Amino acid sequence: MTTAERVDVPPDQPRGARLLSARSPELAAHTAQHGPLPTLSGPQLVALLEASGLAGRGGAGFPTWRKLADVAATATRRTVVVANGAEGEPRSSKDAVLLADAPHLVLDGLALAGAALGAHRLHLYSGAHALAPVRAALAERPGMRVILTEAPDTFVAGEESAVIRALGGGPALPYDRTTRITQKGLRGRPTLVQNVETLAHLALAARHGAAWFRSVGPVEDPGTRLVTLSGDVTHPGVREVASGTNLAALLADAGTDPTRVRAVLVGGYHGAWVPGPELGRTTLSVTSLSRFGASPGAGVLHVLGVDRCGLTAAADIATWLGTQSARQCGPCVNGLPTMAATLTRLAHGERTPALVGEVRRLADVVTGRGSCRHPDGTARFVHSSLTVFDHDVRAHLHGACEATPGRAL
Amino acid sequence: MSTRLHVDWTRCDGRGLCTELLPRLLTRDEWGYPLSRSGRPEPELRSDELADAREAVGLCPRLALSLQNHR
Repeated sequence: MTTAERVDVPPDQPRGARLLSARSPELAAHTAQHGPLPTLSGPQLVALLEASGLAGRGGAGFPTWRKLADVAATATRRTVVVANGAEGEPRSSKDAVLLADAPHLVLDGLALAGAALGAHRLHLYSGAHALAPVRAALAERPGMRVILTEAPDTFVAGEESAVIRALGGGPALPYDRTTRITQKGLRGRPTLVQNVETLAHLALAARHGAAWFRSVGPVEDPGTRLVTLSGDVTHPGVREVASGTNLAALLADAGTDPTRVRAVLVGGYHGAWVPGPELGRTTLSVTSLSRFGASPGAGVLHVLGVDRCGLTAAADIATWLGTQSARQCGPCVNGLPTMAATLTRLAHGERTPALVGEVRRLADVVTGRGSCRHPDGTARFVHSSLTVFDHDVRAHLHGACEATPGRAL
Repeated sequence: MSTRLHVDWTRCDGRGLCTELLPRLLTRDEWGYPLSRSGRPEPELRSDELADAREAVGLCPRLALSLQNHR
């Protein structure tokens, strides 16, 4: 029997939870819940991940097996594996929660990927507060050596090339690439950078097999996901849900009436809005969300209640994203603040119809013109805001706002 | 095999030499930075543009341009 065919459900698992199922973050509770960690060769791990269909949980949703196969193809004894827990998304705390509640699952995934690739060094990179539980977990594993690096609290710090620079002793800012990091990363070595949640899923898939991994969630996007609920919700915070969970049901479960929601920002600040009336017909999956140009991304679900103005919320987020430019690339440094300021004029009630086209033009101008995807992600968010709040855009151009009906802007 | 023009945006400060040498490929945005007319981040070069492109690479005062060969 191959690893990929084995199906055994871990004992004593709370309903739905996989990653957040152990009783405590300690090694004893971890081992009791999940059992010993198997060892896989590089080809075995790549095959397992391909069969599992695990996609990255850091934001981009890239197939995990392809990244691993790319590193394996150029692997040397100097290969580097990095667990990325830098959570620059202001509305996300799932990586911090995972590192606090299940640090050993992340370390398992890191150890497993490292052993499979014959890696020379293992790194873990995250915000200062999330490193403390990792230190405690490593104290329980004296045989494992992991280099810990603190990530600054900025939006771009978790971007793959910024991670490489930070680990090399430089600033946590993106750099210009003409080769992939999987082939030429930290100090020119083949480097695998995986989000900490991705590594935790990998650790469980290695134990229980691809069929077990796929037993939850849709075929094209299987497994569970950690999501962070924020905004106008009764019970905000991190929870583990099945991929493919209905968004209205998810909100109802968090004590929020989905009919009182204007829109939900899905994925993160580089994500897209799902309009309130569509929540009941939309699930947390790549296919369902693609209708809105959204994706599960880093699992951010930011709820905007009906009594809030979508344009004002969008302008505030776009303005903040402008401040988070690494200030290295001209189109981003200049374009993002200009785009945000134009959107703000619209939100504040300036009755100039040409502003709409101007915001969209600026979004197109910045797209693809930076060393990282910060301009692209910000442009996507802004386009989505104009599309989803289109009706309110027209209201604003007539001096009204949907969030405050009957009152002049 | 195709050759594309790559801009290192972390180096470019919009001097504009490349836009003068490669007018079919590049224009300038409102801040003076090169803007690909096709919208492609790495515009593809025709064989008759390679000489001008190499000159642009060599003349860029910020060393922000490179040619990338793709199979």
